[in-house]
Amino acid sequence: MGTQTEKVVREYARRFPRGVLLMAALAFGFQAWTADTPQAATPETPQPGGELVFAVGAEPPSFDGHRETTFAMIHPVAPHYSLLLKFDADNYPKIVGDLAESWTVSRDGLTFTFKIRDGVKFHDGSLLTARDIKATYDKIVAPPAGVVSVRKASYAAVDRVEAPDARTVVFRLKWPEASMLANLASPWNFIYKADILAKDPRWYEKNILGTGPFKFVEYVSGSHWVGKRHEDYFVKGRPYLDGYRALFIRDTAARLAAVRGGRALVEFRGDSPAARDDLVRALGDKVVVQESTWICALTLVINAEKKPFDDPRVRRALTVAVDRWEASRVLSKIAFLKGVGGLLRPGSEYAMPEAELTKLAGFGKNIEASRTEARRLLREAGVPDGFKFTFKNRDVAMPYQPMGIYLIDQWRKVGLNVTQIVQETGPYTADLRAGNYETNQDFACDFMDEPDLQLFKYLSSDKSPANYGRYKDPTLDDLYLKQARATDPAERKKLVWAFERRVLDEMAYQWPTLWWQRIIPQWAKLKGWKITPSHYLNQDLRDVWLAKE
Amino acid sequence: MGERVFELPEIGFSARLEAAMPRGVSALLWFLRKKPLGAAGALVIGGMLLMALAAGMVAPYDPLETDFGAMLGPPGRAHWLGTDAFGRDVLSRIMHGARTALLVGFASSFLGATLGALIGVASGYLGGRVDLYTQRGMDIVISFPIIVLALTVVAMLGSGTFNLILAITIPFIPRVSQVVRASALSIREMPYIEAARALGMGKARIILRHMFPNVMASYLVMLTAFLGQAILLEASLSFLGLGTAEPTPSWGLMLRGAAVEFAERAPWMAIFPGLTISAAVFAFNVLGDALRDILDPKLRMA
Amino acid sequence: MRRFILTRFLVMIPTLLGVALLVFLLLRVVPGDIVQLKYAGEGAFVPKETLDLERARLGLDKPLWRQFVDWMWGMVRFDFGLSMWTGRPIRTEIALRLQLSLQLAIMATVIASLLAIPLGTLAAVKQDTWVDHLVRIFSIAGLATPSFWLGILMILSLLILFGWIPPMTFTPVWVDPWANLSQLIWPALAVGYRYSAMATRMTRSAVLEVLREDYVRTARAKGLWEPLVIARHALRNALLPVTAVIGLEFAFLIGGLVVTEQVFNLNGIGMLFVEAISRRDYTMTQALVLLVGVTFIAVNFVLDLLYAILDPRVRHR
Repeated sequence: MGTQTEKVVREYARRFPRGVLLMAALAFGFQAWTADTPQAATPETPQPGGELVFAVGAEPPSFDGHRETTFAMIHPVAPHYSLLLKFDADNYPKIVGDLAESWTVSRDGLTFTFKIRDGVKFHDGSLLTARDIKATYDKIVAPPAGVVSVRKASYAAVDRVEAPDARTVVFRLKWPEASMLANLASPWNFIYKADILAKDPRWYEKNILGTGPFKFVEYVSGSHWVGKRHEDYFVKGRPYLDGYRALFIRDTAARLAAVRGGRALVEFRGDSPAARDDLVRALGDKVVVQESTWICALTLVINAEKKPFDDPRVRRALTVAVDRWEASRVLSKIAFLKGVGGLLRPGSEYAMPEAELTKLAGFGKNIEASRTEARRLLREAGVPDGFKFTFKNRDVAMPYQPMGIYLIDQWRKVGLNVTQIVQETGPYTADLRAGNYETNQDFACDFMDEPDLQLFKYLSSDKSPANYGRYKDPTLDDLYLKQARATDPAERKKLVWAFERRVLDEMAYQWPTLWWQRIIPQWAKLKGWKITPSHYLNQDLRDVWLAKE
Repeated sequence: MGERVFELPEIGFSARLEAAMPRGVSALLWFLRKKPLGAAGALVIGGMLLMALAAGMVAPYDPLETDFGAMLGPPGRAHWLGTDAFGRDVLSRIMHGARTALLVGFASSFLGATLGALIGVASGYLGGRVDLYTQRGMDIVISFPIIVLALTVVAMLGSGTFNLILAITIPFIPRVSQVVRASALSIREMPYIEAARALGMGKARIILRHMFPNVMASYLVMLTAFLGQAILLEASLSFLGLGTAEPTPSWGLMLRGAAVEFAERAPWMAIFPGLTISAAVFAFNVLGDALRDILDPKLRMA
Repeated sequence: MRRFILTRFLVMIPTLLGVALLVFLLLRVVPGDIVQLKYAGEGAFVPKETLDLERARLGLDKPLWRQFVDWMWGMVRFDFGLSMWTGRPIRTEIALRLQLSLQLAIMATVIASLLAIPLGTLAAVKQDTWVDHLVRIFSIAGLATPSFWLGILMILSLLILFGWIPPMTFTPVWVDPWANLSQLIWPALAVGYRYSAMATRMTRSAVLEVLREDYVRTARAKGLWEPLVIARHALRNALLPVTAVIGLEFAFLIGGLVVTEQVFNLNGIGMLFVEAISRRDYTMTQALVLLVGVTFIAVNFVLDLLYAILDPRVRHR
């Protein structure tokens, strides 16, 4: 999902060295992380054995992580693979080694050298060498014709990848890239086998061969996916499980029934509060719930090319009319929505604090005053009372539908008459891209908090293919580059906030309505799995185990 | 093909019917005595029609009015049938939803039955190549599963009430046309039609003036049968997310999403609209049965 | 008779061709494009050149007539081709689900027949008594209950009463009959009930009709034992239209159980249908529509034959 931001961000930003991030990277790099043996999330002694059954709400279009953007691929497939680096689930956003044992970054920030673990075996028994990692990243950075690498642009800084010996991989950059390390911990970058890629770079779209904790057993389309323990896994004593089974269950009600009936122990994307409460009530202490804020937001896109939405006053009225605090209070009871925030995940490093946020249009806490203002703005812009327009939404129940109903209701309260058009993903995406809409509900999900990624969606539409709002604003583009260049975190924060004020308040182009809340109710006997702010992270199931009853 | 799916008279003896049936108030009484189940159905339908027409006046709340203080409220004095996930009054939404349901039901079954009947009569009367081609065309449409046809229409045109009507109408057409064609085939050779032909009447006129009224019985029975089906189909399509869109009140839509999620904690959200759908379809079915019994001379002789 | 069979058979060919052409064109008119959805459905951005390459690989860059001819040529050789979405042979994908769908259809048919024939006959024999009314209310209620509703109700009751739900994955009956049955019996009941409603009504009116025929009156007049009259004379002759209804419904069950399959999470043809359409998997949707069309037309063909054999008048119509 939503990784479009990562895609082109680097291409645009690469002309500008980014001091602050660079410094951070250098400091980080020189520490030369040593990947130690992972610790279990719980103090209890893990018990080996058993098969974990979990539910997945959709099926992977292909098995190739470099190509896909959906959790439906990550959840069943990730346990088969290792990454070079990964996010530490217990201490997000800390990065630790996966295949990399340790690493160093040169003083100029242009050379990343990774020491690869010894004796790592693929599921076919062959040894993993630095060559495999080089081949993998070559495919990600510069895919051959006809091979898709969706996040290619995140690696635009990579000049070349070298494998001087079997246990060393060197990334040489064209310019210093602060978030390079984080991007090398991308949950999508499964490490593949060089020999196979050399023969057929698309082999991995339909086949599995990795070094991850679990081997591939079978995939029955429409039904399930099975993996079993990789005996030669490079971490001794892992994985704990004998195997896992992912059940594909499209229907939400059926999926919840599966968890409740014990046919599956968990669903890793996120459930609604209703599902959580029902499970807790029905199963008592047999279930535990983990919650986290989520690097996903619902956004309202306004077509700035269509009248009267070309008038900032009208757009402003639309956002002012929406009571986000009430939305959070109310919708958090019925949907996995909660956080009131600007362009960055509430509570994350660069996010605006509430005191600042409430000064922006649409974030104020006095809704009566806001509604009066919205009506005034509409009147000034010559929009008549009872003005009709359309709102396009995806036919995905959660969380799109509840927010849709809420928005329409809020607009109705300032005299706007909105018709909702619900579309399938296909036509929905097509219309969004073609500008064939007046207002539209979009979403954005990323695997890490990073202003470069999250702000990218709001750049001028000719700069960012992820901006569907159809506006051009040099001020924003300029601010974006400045924040990327800022040397001091406080300085960068100011610029990010200025960017947010411009998007959300002054011009009210398009705006997040609510940030998602990740709620994972799971059977208590499932241990060793820790929630993170992204449903793309921490899915290799390496440390997961099942308690015997 | 289709004629075996529906239990229908082969020929509509409208002339005999008129002679045999009582008129006016006595007709109503006769119907009530003879077909109590059918009369009950008619009553329910009448009530629903009234509800749909007067929803604006009768409904206790605005169906769109949210009340976040009363989310998921159980049935009680303030909200007789409880409230939904947005605090909207379930009863008011059912009342207003009757509009959508009946509109979709009547419009699609009327359109489907009428177009089907016209095509069927014309095809049966004209015979020959026209008949052959039309019937093959109808065969093609009928070989598509209804739900798939609806899926395609909605995917093509988008969701919404009008497209929903269209999606439900299309599969009805061939089913009616085949039944009606069978009736038309047998009427074609009747002496009075021959007489009309001999008098030099045009084909269009014969079809509309003489053929069509004589297949009225089949037409009416199919129309009522489809009404129930259309309402059910609307619910199913809405359940699949292909029907009308929120916040428009619709019975099918009321069973979707939150209704399923809260089925245990707030069962009223799903039970009442579900019962309403069943009641409506039930009523249309018993009424259809009663009509068929009356209009079908073969069964009446028993 | 031979001529009748031959004409009926020949008529099937243009119908099927029409079905094929219609679905082929419809799919290409529907907005949303398989390649776009496959690569960029969830908001990712993929350059046009890559999409074009993939389109060319799937043969979507060829002119429409050429695509159609290629497809038809494949069908003639019983080559269904590859699913555009999964890239796997359509034959395998369908075979996988047909097992479940076929078994479910058979189970539902058995349940429906077991309910419908005795109930329908009973209602006819006891016409206009309380038995008749009860049976009719029972059967109309079946028609009036949305099937997804019944399914959800069933699952919820199982959950609440027993804390148990049917297995989520299909096990073939010869591998583990118990697991197989405990999964499929519930949807079979839900579908069978609804299906029986139609068949009950048909049985009732067919038996009513036959009861009025002269030979039944004669049999009764001869003082034959009533149940024998009904079983030997009435039911046997009434069975034909009932078989027709059951047969047509069976054809429908193969691909039409979209909602039920979704509610019970069954990996059947109906779900495959919905997924193929929503993914714009052209080849898969085409194959499925044709499969359902063939089933439907074949069932009709067999029914027509049956009618022709049993009722000579039909042949000369």
